[in-house]
Amino acid sequence: MTARQAIAFSPRRVGAMVLRYWYLMRSSWPRLLELIYWPMVQMLMWGFLQSYVTENASYFARAGGTFIGAVLLWDLLFRGQLGFSISFLEEMWARNMGNLMMSPLRPGEFVVSLMVMSLIRLAIGMVPVTIVALWFFNFNVYSLGFALAAFFLNLILTSWSVGIVVSGVVLRNGMGAEGLAWTIMFLLLPLTCVYYPVATLPEILQIVAWALPPTYVFEGMRALLIEHTFRADLMGWALVLNALYFAAAIAAFLKLLESARRNGSLMQTGE
Amino acid sequence: MAIQSKPAISVERLRKVYKASVAVDGISFALPEGSITALLGGNGAGKTTTIAMIMGLVQPTEGRVAVLGTDMATNRHAVLHRMNFESPYVDMPMRLTVRQNLRVFGMLYGVESLDARIDELARDLDLAEFLDRPAGKLSAGQKTRVSLAKSLLNRPEVLLLDEPTASLDPDTADWIRTRLEDYRRARRATVLLASHNMNEVERLCERVIMMKRGRIEDDDTPQRLLARYGRETLEEVFLDIARGRGEAREAAQ
Repeated sequence: MTARQAIAFSPRRVGAMVLRYWYLMRSSWPRLLELIYWPMVQMLMWGFLQSYVTENASYFARAGGTFIGAVLLWDLLFRGQLGFSISFLEEMWARNMGNLMMSPLRPGEFVVSLMVMSLIRLAIGMVPVTIVALWFFNFNVYSLGFALAAFFLNLILTSWSVGIVVSGVVLRNGMGAEGLAWTIMFLLLPLTCVYYPVATLPEILQIVAWALPPTYVFEGMRALLIEHTFRADLMGWALVLNALYFAAAIAAFLKLLESARRNGSLMQTGE
Repeated sequence: MAIQSKPAISVERLRKVYKASVAVDGISFALPEGSITALLGGNGAGKTTTIAMIMGLVQPTEGRVAVLGTDMATNRHAVLHRMNFESPYVDMPMRLTVRQNLRVFGMLYGVESLDARIDELARDLDLAEFLDRPAGKLSAGQKTRVSLAKSLLNRPEVLLLDEPTASLDPDTADWIRTRLEDYRRARRATVLLASHNMNEVERLCERVIMMKRGRIEDDDTPQRLLARYGRETLEEVFLDIARGRGEAREAAQ
């Protein structure tokens, strides 16, 4: 390998990291089961609740699929971030971070491999759940077509931004910050209005909600399922916000990595 | 000490301060290509921090590190594929088999003909019988051999070893030392090793850098150090330096 090849972005190194996580998942059935278990439980619980409500309320009868749609999209956001963060945490748990940080792997390649793993984990976890949603509740998320692609793009970008920042904080502060990876997304659950319209929130929180890209996606989903209208304007705004947050997350990650090198945190990957 | 060829590792006025404590305090040295040098010192002397700064894992507060002519602060990725390291403070993923681990690291280091290289290392380091076993199910000696295989995977020109034989039985430790000597001789690699094992240092190293409280206390060949301190073994020299008897002797002279 020449110095120029070593410095340039390397798909081979990204592939090496994806292979590393694939080997790990393949070797551990509880890890695979965990990917499907919780989204499935969530979807079944909300699906049955929606079936009950639909039979007893005329408004919700019109709004068929909003609960299940919200559950699926929320899980996409949450699992996307978790898929990213867990792959990162696997390196901390394995005490392998020193090996990676002293290898030719560049931070950008590491982040891209985590993004790829987040997609693979989502596919393993969510595809069976969407099939069960179709079978049990006659809700075909794939019938949303282009809208689903727009929802997916915006949600996955947000999940990666959060995952990147959490990884940087764990690198800088050690495993004491691990809890963030599991809990930070729940802060977005009430604020991004997953199960109710933004108008439900007090005015001050509505301002906060509109600063968060997933809010636009959940509003867009309700518009699509209730009013049968695709709100391209909402998706456009979400994309603009996501671009800003993603750039900010990358900048924060690089700053936190630099700070970890300065503080010697990369040598102590424990608590 | 006279430097006979272009330094493979050059450390200039290197200093690392963590809040109030000084881990490394303005050290300088240069290691010629093909040399093997020991970094000796008690716990907290600054050996591991020095190695971490050479690898770029820790950013120096002051000073400069260059490896194979490349500044590590600004351009470490241009040279990391020509280096490698081994340390008991990091592990390899335990659920992955030895072969899977070596394949992943081989890809990260851009090793050509990777399967053949893994087979070659398996032969040289006697890994064949557990190549397809998860790394977490190996004994301490086997793990060290696998870590060594990882550190030699890319045929590094510069090899940094942090206590390479710590917690190994004497037979396995001796076996590892022989392999290291063979590798260095065959590849003319530059080796810097931090160790507490004086026998290891006497056997392997042509130069010893003695550290204490982040500073270099002495730096010479093992023979000259023994002569200067009037001692029979490096362990006695180490104790003299660790307990301040070297300074007392120098003051008396």
